[in-house]
Amino acid sequence: MTASGVERAVTYAVLALFSVLALAPIAVIVLTAMHPPGALLTGVELPHSVSLATFRSAWDAGGFGRLMASSVLVSASVVALTTALCIPAGYAFGTMRFPGATPIFYVMLAGMVVPFESLIVPLYYTFRDAGLTDTYWALILPQTGLSISFGTFWMRAFFRSVPVELADAARVDGASSWRVLWRVLVPIGRPAILTMVVLVFMWTWNEFLLALVMISDQSHRTAPLGLSTFQSRYGVDVPSVSAAAVLVAAPVVVVYLLTQRQFLRGMLAGSIRG
Amino acid sequence: MFALFVIAPIADGAWISLFRWDGVTSGTWVGLGNYRAAIHDAAVRTAFQHSLVLILFYAVLPVAVGLALTGLLVHSRVRGVAAVRTVIFLPQVLAAVVVGVAWRWLYDPEGPINQALAAVGLGSLRHSWLGDLSTALPAVGVIGSWITTGLCLVLFMAGAQRIPPARYEAARVDGAGPVREFFAVTLPGLRNELAVALSLTVIAALRAFDIIYVTTKGGPGDATTVPSLLIYTRAFVTGQVGSAAAIGAIMGLLILALVVIITRLVEDRP
Repeated sequence: MTASGVERAVTYAVLALFSVLALAPIAVIVLTAMHPPGALLTGVELPHSVSLATFRSAWDAGGFGRLMASSVLVSASVVALTTALCIPAGYAFGTMRFPGATPIFYVMLAGMVVPFESLIVPLYYTFRDAGLTDTYWALILPQTGLSISFGTFWMRAFFRSVPVELADAARVDGASSWRVLWRVLVPIGRPAILTMVVLVFMWTWNEFLLALVMISDQSHRTAPLGLSTFQSRYGVDVPSVSAAAVLVAAPVVVVYLLTQRQFLRGMLAGSIRG
Repeated sequence: MFALFVIAPIADGAWISLFRWDGVTSGTWVGLGNYRAAIHDAAVRTAFQHSLVLILFYAVLPVAVGLALTGLLVHSRVRGVAAVRTVIFLPQVLAAVVVGVAWRWLYDPEGPINQALAAVGLGSLRHSWLGDLSTALPAVGVIGSWITTGLCLVLFMAGAQRIPPARYEAARVDGAGPVREFFAVTLPGLRNELAVALSLTVIAALRAFDIIYVTTKGGPGDATTVPSLLIYTRAFVTGQVGSAAAIGAIMGLLILALVVIITRLVEDRP
């Protein structure tokens, strides 16, 4: 083998090793979920027959139909609100000068790194006093608030990267700022917007602490919260718990796999621009 | 029209500041005494020390591995990188609760990891990884490494492809070996990626609530208790709301400070 041949082989070996490391735990859980409910397992065992019965029984026992519906509602609302607010906000920060732009922008940046863990106590008491705990608003509003800081930052980076001439040309043709934004800039910004939508969806879907604190009522639980409850109730039933975990992860994984090409490219480009 | 674009972001700013204001409200409500108490509280100190250990697993180790591999692989142009990228990034997109549930079974006394150890003749090592005082925290840390290594690798490998090949040629003309090449060309070329990766992973390590809540709930004893878990238990289980709010504020400031430090450090490098 030539030197570059060896190098290539090493590269493939390393990449294969890390792929296996990333996939193995996932594969183990999927395999475990194919055992019948309640089966006592020792490590990884091949199921006698491939069966999806455990997924069905876990779905029913954990009430995942309702949990998923809650999660879909909350995620869709947060994504829609964030997108609707961040495109104009990013446009303003990225292309216009207005009084107070810099301080406001820094406040938003701080909002990007401050975690829910720091805000959860005051958030809970505010929402409780407003009588909003155990409602979807308690999940939608705070998550939109935190997503907005990321989304504005993200869209600002995109609008800054667009050549000024493009907007100017449209403006010469008599288009207003609003028209320039929606007719010219948003169409070419589709990859950046898609990446933002996918990220916000994932974060919202996966959020746990907020739901744990805000929601005690069965009917407003989200999927991750339901999974945690399910685990504490059926902990010894390893196949059922695994099936529930796969169910909760599935929507995010599907969205990720469908959009991964654009999503990863957009994310890598965006994280560097920022 | 312009006014509309000005008002929208200001409304956004007000939205965020609403949350900031929330923090301040509870601050005035509980007074500064809670902060003083938190700083002298042994449990709080232990929790932050555990966070340090987790930073090692969540941030330092994955970033080091990612950098080393990127340095090693920087010249190879291979096919199928896109597919590999999709796979090694996958742990990052899963809900932490899902990851925690999955790893709880992997670490189980009867679980796959112990089974694998027995299979290679290391059966004497088998035990309850999450239930043992000495292994629980590193075991949680390894879950973190599993989540963040793919992120680091993907970020760095994409970044390395953007380094102009001319810089490598220049280094070679100067007689640089692989090691010097790494420090002179690859590492400086990855400055931005390094800042992003470190910030994201350090924040993940300091938060770490979901995984710990699902796997160990901070136990055994306080072996895996971290600040975010203290916030939760004090505010919503034991009723020490003031103390929880103070820990939350300390944690928020700490994260803010670390991100600023990371960004500065990485940007200052020539």
